[in-house]
Amino acid sequence: MALLEVKNICKSFGKTEVLKGIDFSIEKGEALSIIGSSGSGKTTLLRCLNFLETSDSGTITVDGEILFDGAENIKLSDDKIRKNRLNFGLVFQNFNLFPQYTVLKNLTLAPTLLKKGDSATIEAKAKEIIKKVGLEDKVDFYPCQLSGGQQQRVAIARALMLSPKILCFDEPTSALDPELTGEVLRVIRELKDENTTMIIVTHEMNFAKNVSDKVIFMADGVIEEMGPPEQIFDNPQSKRLQEFLYSSLNK
Amino acid sequence: MLSFSEQLPIVFNSLNVGFLQTLKLFLVTLAGSIPLGLIISFGSMSRFKPISAFSKTLVWVVRGTPLMIQLLIVYYFPGLVLHNPIWGGDESGRFFAAAVAFILNYACYFSEIYRGGIQGVPLGQQEAGQVLGLSKTQIFFKITLLQMIKRIVPPMSNEIITLVKDTSLARIIALQEIIWAGQSFMKGSQGISGQIWPLFFTGVYYLVFSGILTVLFNKVEKKLDYFKT
Repeated sequence: MALLEVKNICKSFGKTEVLKGIDFSIEKGEALSIIGSSGSGKTTLLRCLNFLETSDSGTITVDGEILFDGAENIKLSDDKIRKNRLNFGLVFQNFNLFPQYTVLKNLTLAPTLLKKGDSATIEAKAKEIIKKVGLEDKVDFYPCQLSGGQQQRVAIARALMLSPKILCFDEPTSALDPELTGEVLRVIRELKDENTTMIIVTHEMNFAKNVSDKVIFMADGVIEEMGPPEQIFDNPQSKRLQEFLYSSLNK
Repeated sequence: MLSFSEQLPIVFNSLNVGFLQTLKLFLVTLAGSIPLGLIISFGSMSRFKPISAFSKTLVWVVRGTPLMIQLLIVYYFPGLVLHNPIWGGDESGRFFAAAVAFILNYACYFSEIYRGGIQGVPLGQQEAGQVLGLSKTQIFFKITLLQMIKRIVPPMSNEIITLVKDTSLARIIALQEIIWAGQSFMKGSQGISGQIWPLFFTGVYYLVFSGILTVLFNKVEKKLDYFKT
């Protein structure tokens, strides 16, 4: 059974249809990359999965549990939404670290507030995770004292603290200077090697090709093409994907 | 006629008593309007139309009319129009009426500063809290609040220093604050009359007090300098 199953997700903002029926599924340990031009609905799809937006229709199922069913037509309670969100982690394009807290406190804040253990356990876990992203010497720094790449690694560590079943990345390197993208991509690759289930919205075509088990190409709110990276990048079928790849290669 | 050196202790004693009343009104106004302002700002940001309309109208009326008139209305309206003089005629009654008018007035000004402060915190901060499974209350108190405070310290200190001087308006309902005390020596009080210097001298009290506040606010601002939003 698939870890995540998404069926017929639609989302409109006013009269603008952003998602027009999205279907896909991923298995445990898989990495899925979503590519496509700006405005194709990639970010909105991630936001629907993380319940920052509520889909208009369709179903979202994780581990056999239906988190959202548009057919039920009921407004989810705040508690239910909070519970649903914990299945997913989200790393933002702009990091969104909490500026008033140190790196360590950024990591421990949510687990502490959600009572995920005593403070010693949470702190030990934070130090272990921060080591994994290579920033153990920065635990007492504030976000403004870190480079963009370091901030994004902290943001990844913060998302890992709650051990989400599926970790989502929304263009994790788009706000970074080119020389800083490598350190972030390296961390994501290591997570992949540990069989973390991930959904990565990205413009880094080479990275998507190397790290993913499956790639989705989105255009105008639909999945235009989906398949293993070799097929998507080396043998694209649809004309739009061919054009997209051609223009991103020639940037 | 008392000599100048004989006048001094009498005048300073009076001014000190008056200043104490000024200080009391200042502190009570802050204690009331700082939290009430937050409630009003939540009201005007509410998605429930009647509440936001009410809050916005309140802010409009209070900011759109002179504080002096608000003081007169709060003090005299219950007795003269409703025939129910809830405040009583003594000094403590006048103080309560003044405090109510000041709290309401300053809460409305503060609410707009808060609103700017809250809306100035990037939406991404709230969303980061949401995806970590935090509740709205946790997000407000643990994430938004301090960032908002950092943003509002300069406009708040401005408003609070204005409040120091605005307390003098309370003499319109005969509250015995420091201006009232200084003025009393013009008409005649405790054997001193026709003297205007005590009234002028009250300015020094205001100046010293707002000086202390300025230093205090600078300290707060410095203290919040450790992070950038």
